[in-house]
Amino acid sequence: MRRWIWLTVVAALAIAYPLLLSSPFQQRLGALVLLYAIAASAWNIVGGYAGQVSVGHVVFFGCGAYAAMGSYAKFGLSPLFGIPGGIVIAVGLAAIIGVPTLRLSGHYFSMATIAVAETMRLIVTNTDWLGAAVGLSGPTVPRNVFDLSFLSSLPYYYLFLLVLVITLFITWWMTNSRMGFYLRAIKDSERAARSLGAPASRTKLYAYMLSAALTSVSGALYAMMFGFVDPESGLGILISVKILIMAALGGAGLLFGPLVGAAILVPLEEISNSWLGGKGAGLTFVVYGAIIVLIARFQPGGLLSLFTGRKKSKSDTGAGHAP
Amino acid sequence: MSFVLVQVIVGGLLLGAVYALFSSGLTLVWGMMNIVNFAHGDFVMLGMYVAYVVYTLMGGGPILGAPLATLVLATVGVVVYFALIRDIMKGPMLAQILGTFGLALLLRYSVFWWFGANFLSMPPNIVGGTYAFAGLRIEASRLLAGVVALLVTLGLHLLLTRTSLGSKMLAVAEDQTAAQLMGIRPDTMQAIAWAIAAGATGLAGALIANFFYIVPTVGETLGIVAFVTVSLGGFGSVPGALVAGLLIGVIESLSGYLIGAIYKDIVVYVLFLLFLWFRPQGLMGKA
Repeated sequence: MRRWIWLTVVAALAIAYPLLLSSPFQQRLGALVLLYAIAASAWNIVGGYAGQVSVGHVVFFGCGAYAAMGSYAKFGLSPLFGIPGGIVIAVGLAAIIGVPTLRLSGHYFSMATIAVAETMRLIVTNTDWLGAAVGLSGPTVPRNVFDLSFLSSLPYYYLFLLVLVITLFITWWMTNSRMGFYLRAIKDSERAARSLGAPASRTKLYAYMLSAALTSVSGALYAMMFGFVDPESGLGILISVKILIMAALGGAGLLFGPLVGAAILVPLEEISNSWLGGKGAGLTFVVYGAIIVLIARFQPGGLLSLFTGRKKSKSDTGAGHAP
Repeated sequence: MSFVLVQVIVGGLLLGAVYALFSSGLTLVWGMMNIVNFAHGDFVMLGMYVAYVVYTLMGGGPILGAPLATLVLATVGVVVYFALIRDIMKGPMLAQILGTFGLALLLRYSVFWWFGANFLSMPPNIVGGTYAFAGLRIEASRLLAGVVALLVTLGLHLLLTRTSLGSKMLAVAEDQTAAQLMGIRPDTMQAIAWAIAAGATGLAGALIANFFYIVPTVGETLGIVAFVTVSLGGFGSVPGALVAGLLIGVIESLSGYLIGAIYKDIVVYVLFLLFLWFRPQGLMGKA
């Protein structure tokens, strides 16, 4: 019962936020929080629930962003067509990365995701058709509402809110499905889960593909809001870092963890950027690095796990030595 | 075979020896503690900056810079072990990866913040000129880096296999409890392993600083190279890292020469992914 009261309060606040705090800066901030919350929630499916730390998630983000801008710049279509297009590419790519690496220990998976992300960035940077280093632009003057090109951040805010709710609902539904039970078993002990007949590799792969699809949607939304994508903003490894750290800070493997992380870190970055200007860019990531180290060292469950009463979970995935 | 091709291969071997040196640090820690240091490439980057600072402050070349970088990084390794690794080692996988990955960011962007994003470089003749040898032209700095790296990597292998310290470290790697019962302190041995691993990166960094571009983000590429080397060579194996390092050095310079400089990183990454598909246990690994 208390849970539902909380949910209602949070939902009401989320809907009312851009009307209560209605300056363009505040509305934009709200939209960005929701956007990163979508991406971080998508990462959470594979990073939190499946326990496979993808460090190259930006590659799916880039699939969506490039598909959205590409459908306008190359085919004259609404960027909305980029959403299904990006999903198809992202899921295919996830299968290519996931099939070989998810069988191995988690380190291989993490490193392979970095390698794929960097490879894609290098390839796109050198592909003229995809705009090379300059990138692709969206519609400068919207032809109709389906170009999703608005001056105000308000429409984006509600669009992102809707997508976030869908993402969280999919995550919640997944955790209560058979797949969710498999994932929990695998995360606790992959060997035990396998011996009881849980299809470990396949379940992890499905989680990865689902996560890739949702991340691609967040990338498409990002490109629509900013109206362009280039290799740095669409495929830079630092986007992965932001996504990952938001989920980990709030609480990886908890439904609302990524939202909490995004609500803390996005304002922090926006404010530090407006105070320090370009010089602050390096400092922001120093702080990010420090936060990640501190979480890993003292509270691997994330901030939300302080309230849910779950102590440091000492699951045995890869820790110490197998005898 | 044309002289140019031989030149390219020799260059690749010399660089590959340096790859082997810092990768053996990663493989040592990975094999011994089953933890992967995602900040490994950034340790090499730190070594490069130590050498650079030694040069700008004192005008010293690698004779001063290399030992100092080794010492500084070995200290960093020990500090990192006691402050972070010892605790996250026992934690969940997520904490292990996040911990060292966060460390990588912390190091990379601290350097970025302090030195800026500019490409720095050492004066071209800091070690000496270029030798002409049977038609080949080899820069002294590359020759020095390759030869020293090769010798140190071989030394590391002997240290691990032929000395009592090496036996103790292998004992800890094999079974911590049993080693403890034999009077070996796992904590000390693991700290020593981190000192050696990080020291190797410091030396490697100081050696390539003489001819490589010095930039805060170089650690990312070098970290992937180290990871590829270790996965090819089989984890925990220094000889494996040596062979794989030389091989990757040659493949990288050949593809840089034959396809184009921008594609050499792509070739290494794609090779890595292919290996994961077809031979995940590595070139010489068992299973």
